[in-house]
Amino acid sequence: MLDATPKTQIKREALRINSCKTCQPVGALYAALGVHRCMPYSNGSQGCVAYHRTVLTRHYKDPMMAVSSSFTEGASVFGGKSNLTTGVKNVFDIYQPDIIAVHTTCLSEVIGDDLKAFIQDLDIPEGKYVVHCNTPSFKGSHINGYASMMGGFINYLSQKTGQSNGKLAVFPAWSEPSDLRLLKSYLEQMGIAYTLFPDQSGVVDAPMTDHFEYFPKGGTTIEEIRGLGDCTQVLGLGEWTIPEPCAALEKKCATPSTILPYPIGIQNTDRLLMTLTDLTGKPVPYAIEEERGQLIDLILDQHIWTSQKSCAIFGDPDFILGVTSLVLEMGMFPKYVLTGTPGHAFPKMCQALFEAYGVEDQCQAFEFDDLFDLHQFIKNDPVDLLIGTNYGKQIALAEGIPFVRAGWPVLDRYGHYLWPNIGYRGAMRFVERISGAIMDHVDAVCPDEDFDVVM
Amino acid sequence: MPHTDILTERRSFIGQGGGKTVSCDRDSVSGAVSQRACVYCGARVVLNPITDAYHIIHGPIGCSSYTWDIRGSLSSGEDLYRNSFSTDLSEQDIVFGGAEKLTRAIDEVVAKHHPRLIFVYATCIVGVIDDDVEAVCRLAEQKYQLRCIPVKSPGFSGNKSYGYRMACEALMSLIRPASRQPRRLGVNLLGDFNLAGEIWIIRHYLEAIGIPVIATFTGDADYATLMQAPQATLNLVQCAGSMTYLARQMEDEFGIPYIKVSFFGREDTTASLIRIAQALGDASLIERARSFTQEQEAQLLPFEQAWREGLAHKKAAIYVGGGFKAISLIRQFNAMGMETVIVGTKTGKADDYELISQLVGPNTVILDDANPAELERFLKEKGADLLVGGVKERPLAYKLGLAFCDHNHERRHALAGYEGVRNFTREINLSLNSPVWSYMGGSI
Repeated sequence: MLDATPKTQIKREALRINSCKTCQPVGALYAALGVHRCMPYSNGSQGCVAYHRTVLTRHYKDPMMAVSSSFTEGASVFGGKSNLTTGVKNVFDIYQPDIIAVHTTCLSEVIGDDLKAFIQDLDIPEGKYVVHCNTPSFKGSHINGYASMMGGFINYLSQKTGQSNGKLAVFPAWSEPSDLRLLKSYLEQMGIAYTLFPDQSGVVDAPMTDHFEYFPKGGTTIEEIRGLGDCTQVLGLGEWTIPEPCAALEKKCATPSTILPYPIGIQNTDRLLMTLTDLTGKPVPYAIEEERGQLIDLILDQHIWTSQKSCAIFGDPDFILGVTSLVLEMGMFPKYVLTGTPGHAFPKMCQALFEAYGVEDQCQAFEFDDLFDLHQFIKNDPVDLLIGTNYGKQIALAEGIPFVRAGWPVLDRYGHYLWPNIGYRGAMRFVERISGAIMDHVDAVCPDEDFDVVM
Repeated sequence: MPHTDILTERRSFIGQGGGKTVSCDRDSVSGAVSQRACVYCGARVVLNPITDAYHIIHGPIGCSSYTWDIRGSLSSGEDLYRNSFSTDLSEQDIVFGGAEKLTRAIDEVVAKHHPRLIFVYATCIVGVIDDDVEAVCRLAEQKYQLRCIPVKSPGFSGNKSYGYRMACEALMSLIRPASRQPRRLGVNLLGDFNLAGEIWIIRHYLEAIGIPVIATFTGDADYATLMQAPQATLNLVQCAGSMTYLARQMEDEFGIPYIKVSFFGREDTTASLIRIAQALGDASLIERARSFTQEQEAQLLPFEQAWREGLAHKKAAIYVGGGFKAISLIRQFNAMGMETVIVGTKTGKADDYELISQLVGPNTVILDDANPAELERFLKEKGADLLVGGVKERPLAYKLGLAFCDHNHERRHALAGYEGVRNFTREINLSLNSPVWSYMGGSI
């Protein structure tokens, strides 16, 4: 597999090989799925939304509803207004969502569709909403699209009435539904009133109920998004992604925010819980402290297998920053940490982590990079473990290294979206899988005489 | 409960069996959850299985990342086609034009490897900013003595079928320079993408009968074998939707006749093998085709009888890409004693729908470019037990409590030929008779 990847690196500037990112619109679509009874709407030709639905369906193994303007030659010459007008009417007529969240595509951006003006001219049914955000595919990545759609909802809907609703707003970076469920369980265990936005749990991981729902139970409600302006404070989880929506809400409603790293690993989870206590005065219950103790116990039990091991981590900025933090806590070296999403902040954030553990000489971070480069790095200076999306499986096979699937997308396994990555429980799952992968590899390659049931 | 009323614009695309036909081959309705993809997708899925080609996607990153290694096309040779190459266009490229970046990207491919064949796909945005992709490719061919073929596939320029056609144009420009070659007995297989190794099965049948396979379009194909395609005496078109255009072109320009074949189901496999031998006009080949197919059918018969009991009278729904596959599936279900209650395609043509409406009874619903709302309504109304479709239909079927079989890129086993009948039968039985259905609908 991947026989075409040579060891010698040649500088590339124009050619992207085996990318580690995708385009903005899918991020906007995913964010919109986190709003209750919302139909994501792609203003472009129909291929884009077919791809987005396919990749989300392959990851979550559930139907993903989204529509498009179905641009044809005519729309690309005369603009997309008439397609959008017809499309929005059709969506309200047939699917009856409460809200339509429109995002743009490279095509509608380049032909210069003015979505704000188009939406103002729409005949929107009473009590229904249409919001939009701009997601030019030729800038940033799917992560920017996710943040941009959050901003779109806030800009259209959030209001400050002057009367606090006493709730804490929680803005997570791109999260699995399992992580959102865990986050809510922490908030509920601590007795904190909150609005989690967006919230894809109950939408993309809906249970089997015997009948198909276009709009399953989950998602942040329009009322809750409107009320964001009356929340006491925003707690943002994800230093890379979340500043943008926080800024949008601050600008519109002057709601202050605190932004923390995405809570993967011991310290990041500690900080989340301590900040929750600081902001609300509510103590961390013993049940959660007990989980922390179990996590430390687990790391200790298995540490001889993972300490000093090197790894490569790739994926989306906030998620892999969390994973990097966790592997450092386990005594591993994240030799290469790589994201396809552009942004100089990312390597700086990684550098700060490397320095905190005194491993800056052994570890490197890369932004706006691709998996062909990562493969070449590994060929030239191997690692003991690879952690990332399913696109790592070919590299892992080619180089004979153990592989732990994590992040988005993971198209080649089932059920991962049901188990957490964040919090102490998520970290326990990571530690179990990381040590398991390393030990499975030892079992697979060791001589017969070393093959043992006790490890 | 959302209304499952049918959009007025969609009504003519829905019909029933018994001779009446439906509207098709039009653009999707704005705002409908269409299961269709775009022109680029059509072109990419047709060409991507060429194993030793560099497929460079000229556009923003999404177009290449969503189509990276998705087809399930197997290779007996190189695995180059399983990488993803893109110019990853940025805002600056959009403003100043992307042609120069494309040129550099090709230079970088050449510096790294020694490609013989590059396809450059023009996506939506390239169509709008009007990069001269053809000129870039022409210059690359002159500079590096390789084949560099533009594929004109902006997403908005039509539907997925149009993308198939653009892929066929690209294939013609590839093989046209090799048109003057001596003919020899042999066939080209068109419209088989070697999903789950199906080409290897068909090739084995043909060779057992004594018919050499010269080139395959495009499953398990490489540059060298494609260039031999003009030597063939007959073209076999399997996926008619994507490859009839190429077959017609090859007939017009090279004088190679073609016939449409299908290797899905026992009946169609046998009929196709005999028709191929007949088309080649050699009495001994016809004789061998007859004895080969008789032998294969005889081996299959006990298998079919053993499984029939568990499947007979179950109701099947079909929602697949092209018309020809739908037709084969209807016949296959008939052979299993199952009833086909819904037939839909994403890109079926008028003559496909005519044949479909003759094959099914008046109670069968026929749909073109159906959306999930319509599928849901008719699946429930007709009481279907099983849906055969692709990736976006699978979770819908499961959520509605229906068994499912992927007859598209995610097929797990070869579904073609006599082996395919065994695999298909086992797979639908597995899904129809899984114990999981007994837990549905109940509470704790």
